[in-house]
Amino acid sequence: MELERHEYDVVVVGAGGAGLRAAIEAHEAGARTAVVCKSLLGKAHTVMAEGGIAAAMANLYPEDNWRVHFRDTMRGGKMLNHWRMAQLHAQEAPDRVRELEDWGALFDRTPDGLISQRDFGGHRYARLAHVGDRTGLELIRTLQQRTVALGIDVYMECTVTRLLTGPAGDGGAGEEHGVTGAFGYWRESGRFVAWQAPSVVLATGGIGKSYKVTSNSWEYTGDGHSLALQAGATLVNMEFVQFHPTGMVWPPSVRGILVTESVRGDGGVLKNSAGNRFMFDYIPDFFRKETAETEEEADRWYEDKKNNRRPPELLPRDEVARAINSEVKAGRGTPHGGVFLDIASRRPAEYIRKRLPSMYHQFKELAEVDITAEAMEVGPTCHYVMGGVEVEPDTEAARVPGLFAAGEVAGGMHGSNRLGGNSLSDLLVFGRRAGLAAAEHAAEREHTRGVLAEDALADAARAALAPFEREGGENPYTVQHDLQQTMHDLVGIIRTAPEMEQALERIAALKERVAALSVEGHRQYNPGWHLALDLPHMLLVSECIARAALAREESRGGHTRDDFPATDEEWARTNLVCALAPDGDVALTRQPLPQMPPELTEIFES
Amino acid sequence: MTYDATFRVWRGDAAGGDLQTFTVAVNEGEVVLDVIHRLQATQAGDLAVRWNCKAGKCGSCSAEVNGRPRLMCMTRMSTFAETETVTVTPLRTFPVIRDLVTDVSYNYEKAAQIPAFAPRPREADGSHRMQQVDVERSQEFRKCIECWLCQDTCHVIRDHEENKRSFAGPRFLIRLAELDMHPLDERDRRDAAQDEFGLGYCNITKCCSEVCPEGIHLTDNGIIPLKERVVDRRFDPLTWLGSKIGRRPSR
Amino acid sequence: MPAPRRAAIAERTLRTDRWWVQPLVTVVVLVLFIAYSTFRAFQNAYYYAEPYISPFYSPCITTRCEGDSFPEFFTGPVWISPAIYILVLPLGIRLTCYYYRKAYYRSFWLSPPACAVAEPHRRYTGETRFPLIGQNVHRYFLYAALLFNLILFYEAFRGFRDETGEWGHMGLGTLILLVNAVMLFLYSVSCHSCRHIVGGRLNNFSRHPLRYRAWGLVSKLNARHMQYAWVSLLTVALADFYVFLLATGTITDLRFF
Ligand SMILES: Cc1cc2nc3c(=O)[nH]c(=O)nc-3n(C[C@H](O)[C@H](O)[C@H](O)COP(=O)(O)OP(=O)(O)OC[C@H]3O[C@@H](n4cnc5c(N)ncnc54)[C@H](O)[C@@H]3O)c2cc1C
Ligand code: SF4
Ligand code: SF4
Ligand code: FES
Ligand code: FES
Repeated sequence: MELERHEYDVVVVGAGGAGLRAAIEAHEAGARTAVVCKSLLGKAHTVMAEGGIAAAMANLYPEDNWRVHFRDTMRGGKMLNHWRMAQLHAQEAPDRVRELEDWGALFDRTPDGLISQRDFGGHRYARLAHVGDRTGLELIRTLQQRTVALGIDVYMECTVTRLLTGPAGDGGAGEEHGVTGAFGYWRESGRFVAWQAPSVVLATGGIGKSYKVTSNSWEYTGDGHSLALQAGATLVNMEFVQFHPTGMVWPPSVRGILVTESVRGDGGVLKNSAGNRFMFDYIPDFFRKETAETEEEADRWYEDKKNNRRPPELLPRDEVARAINSEVKAGRGTPHGGVFLDIASRRPAEYIRKRLPSMYHQFKELAEVDITAEAMEVGPTCHYVMGGVEVEPDTEAARVPGLFAAGEVAGGMHGSNRLGGNSLSDLLVFGRRAGLAAAEHAAEREHTRGVLAEDALADAARAALAPFEREGGENPYTVQHDLQQTMHDLVGIIRTAPEMEQALERIAALKERVAALSVEGHRQYNPGWHLALDLPHMLLVSECIARAALAREESRGGHTRDDFPATDEEWARTNLVCALAPDGDVALTRQPLPQMPPELTEIFES
Repeated sequence: MTYDATFRVWRGDAAGGDLQTFTVAVNEGEVVLDVIHRLQATQAGDLAVRWNCKAGKCGSCSAEVNGRPRLMCMTRMSTFAETETVTVTPLRTFPVIRDLVTDVSYNYEKAAQIPAFAPRPREADGSHRMQQVDVERSQEFRKCIECWLCQDTCHVIRDHEENKRSFAGPRFLIRLAELDMHPLDERDRRDAAQDEFGLGYCNITKCCSEVCPEGIHLTDNGIIPLKERVVDRRFDPLTWLGSKIGRRPSR
Repeated sequence: MPAPRRAAIAERTLRTDRWWVQPLVTVVVLVLFIAYSTFRAFQNAYYYAEPYISPFYSPCITTRCEGDSFPEFFTGPVWISPAIYILVLPLGIRLTCYYYRKAYYRSFWLSPPACAVAEPHRRYTGETRFPLIGQNVHRYFLYAALLFNLILFYEAFRGFRDETGEWGHMGLGTLILLVNAVMLFLYSVSCHSCRHIVGGRLNNFSRHPLRYRAWGLVSKLNARHMQYAWVSLLTVALADFYVFLLATGTITDLRFF
């Protein structure tokens, strides 16, 4: 077998915000570091993030501090977040943002010359550092340029298909079973490549491509989630999938593309076909104290945040998405099955173009709608997975020694629902921590390195080539399409037990179809083949979602059960953890939520 | 609103290839990339194409549509007549890998050669203070999504492969401009711009500005100002003299 | 490894639009202008009709000049038209102008004729070496042009006299010279070098609020530099032609007061 081999201290899988931040830190800690990514450098999902990076820098509101941010995050996640992650995140985000400026980032400024911050759903104060509505681009470009300046090796358009484990050495005894490296293929040539490394950081992002209507790209096939499971790690909170309330709904080919929350942060409101600002009818008790009751109060809030409460349009995403869903179901939707998002009648055209240039452009080009003159049509779209690899909060270490995970692929930080802007800061905070811990882990094993097992490499290669061996099988695109339809219809925003049971049956059937599909052509840049190799990941992750969602008999955050519409005390203290049983099935266990220390519980009592 | 369109798509690799004709359904509101995807899913499963965001944000789906460098995800089918044949070819300036996918490593090599950002130290309170007016010019260039369409269209390298050695291309000329105008940066890249990155090769014919999907005014706001800054340093005896007798032009 | 290869596409371009229209129009207009202005510059006659002087001959600095519009510095040979001494400066700014460079590189030198249309040349070095590296002196021509702008305003101002030199009058000629002076001035201040000099070279605008304002203004004009380039070209030719018509006695000036 032809195989290109490399040796590193740390291999980072993924070149989004989390991956690049991890690589930078690992490199600076002295580790020989490589980054592997499926797309070209700088094209990862992070580039699409629009709104901003949440960090309590208090540049606009001196009242803001990490405690307030921590509180908002926990409440947004309906208290299911890992408290320690939420704490670290809130404490460290401001430094992580400032450090970007040392690497060349140029955020929008306040009149004092500091980094400007904007309002977003669920955040008590204007907190999102931003650059117009292209913050993710700024973030990834800055990290990319830093990565290049440091001379870190990047393997672009290279897909990891296996993590390799085995006797990994632990600085003396040498008996630890852990990560030894990774195996993958170059998309360009189809040739195989293996990296030997004692530390692997997963930063592969999310799973949204398993859904039909999504803001996510082809990359989001849940590779990292699935690789971690297969390597023996665990996933937590997989039932929580975030549906962003505002995706485009028309024309059909752009359905799901994101309309940034900044539209609402900057004054946009949601209306149904009758012209009513319906969000006032959907304020849940949990947030009633902090939400405006009248349109007048809501409108005053944009100018005076101290004496007014926030508009209901800026409730956390799960609330808004459900409300939109109900309005449409009740027949008060727009012609194309969404609701209206109107900023045109509320802000001057000049302001809109300045604050939301890429939204303006996106609607103009893709939907022929001028958002400074007309309302947009929007509806929920699958956006983010809260669930992910279960990690140690301080080091991002998974349950397998040498395996680390950061960014969207990691779980715990966001609980049952993520607040807007908290992902980009999550990438920076935990990316850095993961990189550091991975470098330390490798340094401790400087002299006792595990080796790549040749039979495992051969097996990985065989599995990768299998779709070429079979003839006359189904085309991978059809299978993917059916999976997306299944998840959309049966494990979507609103869920019921019978539907999810049906979904599990269908997933089982799809697994068989995947095992039998075949691809045409050869190994050189063959998208059909690439998809065929991604599909098993998608199915495994979809199964985790469906199983966990079926088990959690309550509604909370990104998980809404029609048959169990209320939150439940018992479930409030319980996490669901997925692991892979030896027979390849997903095994689900209940695990008590980590206990928050008293000095933090106090924050919620005021 | 569905109709059948005729598409000619270049298929092949470095060894050769040709334009292949397909008849494919087009629905209302679709863009060229949707049609390419439909070809992939129904007629040519191994048709190679790059894409990610499908919203003009990542700069992956660059190709030439009817001879014009474009993002396929931002080229609406409604801009063509239903009877018009739509020709999609890979970027010409770069070596082809397969079908619509080209080897754009030239760009990543040039990116790595640009002297890195080198900021002044932070202020005493740990922050950097900059006014909005000071960051706006560089911000325009930081909108770049690295789609390489400007690199593709620039005749300096499109028509002259041998110039790739000495010319970094419009994308990196505006990167140099961005750094030169960056209020925090303290490194001098003007001589390098002229000597190593080939600023002089640009004859300001503005094709880069014409194709940029982000609407960046590469030539007017980036390259020409950079040329002027180089003139300050290299060709203008007055400013040169000024800098020698101690009156450094204020920055 | 063998040299990486590009996609094998034989066509020079696959553009389906009429990309050749623009270079063609540019060639036609510029050739007409050059022919006309060359003829007029060498004609050495009909450039003065009291109180107006053709912009091609302004400032008229030899003792052989018709009229008495400007200090006369020397006496040249009879066969050299006074226009020759000065035209190099306006010619220089236009030749080295960033906009005209684009226009003639594209339409005359076909480098490139239009975007994504292959150029015919085997080698290309752009403005890296002699003679084109000389384009970098553009700002000196700008300084000269600004001086000329002043002179043209002065000449237009002299148009507020009548044939006898008495002040307080105005005719169509005055208006034409004035408009021409304004257009040429706009062409100069909207220049890229001008934009650089008034503020573009600064990196911290906030510390130089006045220059930032000036830069903002010039930037606005700069966005229309191309328009000014063409309009001023037309007004110059028009102003000259009007004086020609007056000087040959074809028409008489329309006097307003
Ligand atoms: C449209 C949109 C707007 C958003 N706006 C915001 C916002 O305003 N604020 C905010 O905080 N968050 C926002 N988010 C969420 C946030 O952008 C993402 O959650 C975040 O960028 C994920 O970053 P990441 O580093 O975890 O992964 P990504 O940036 O997605 O990177 C994943 C990387 O892993 C690589 N990879 C995956 N699988 C493999 C494999 N098998 N082998 C090799 N490499 C692999 C990919 O190639 C890629 O490089 C938004 C998301 C979207 C889609
Ligand atoms: S203006 Fe210069 S850099 Fe831009 S395309 Fe033309 S020659 Fe290339
Ligand atoms: S400058 Fe414009 S055309 Fe060039 S790479 Fe950037 S976005 Fe693309
Ligand atoms: S797919 Fe991202 S720009 Fe077209
Ligand atoms: S006169 Fe045209 S750029 Fe200076």
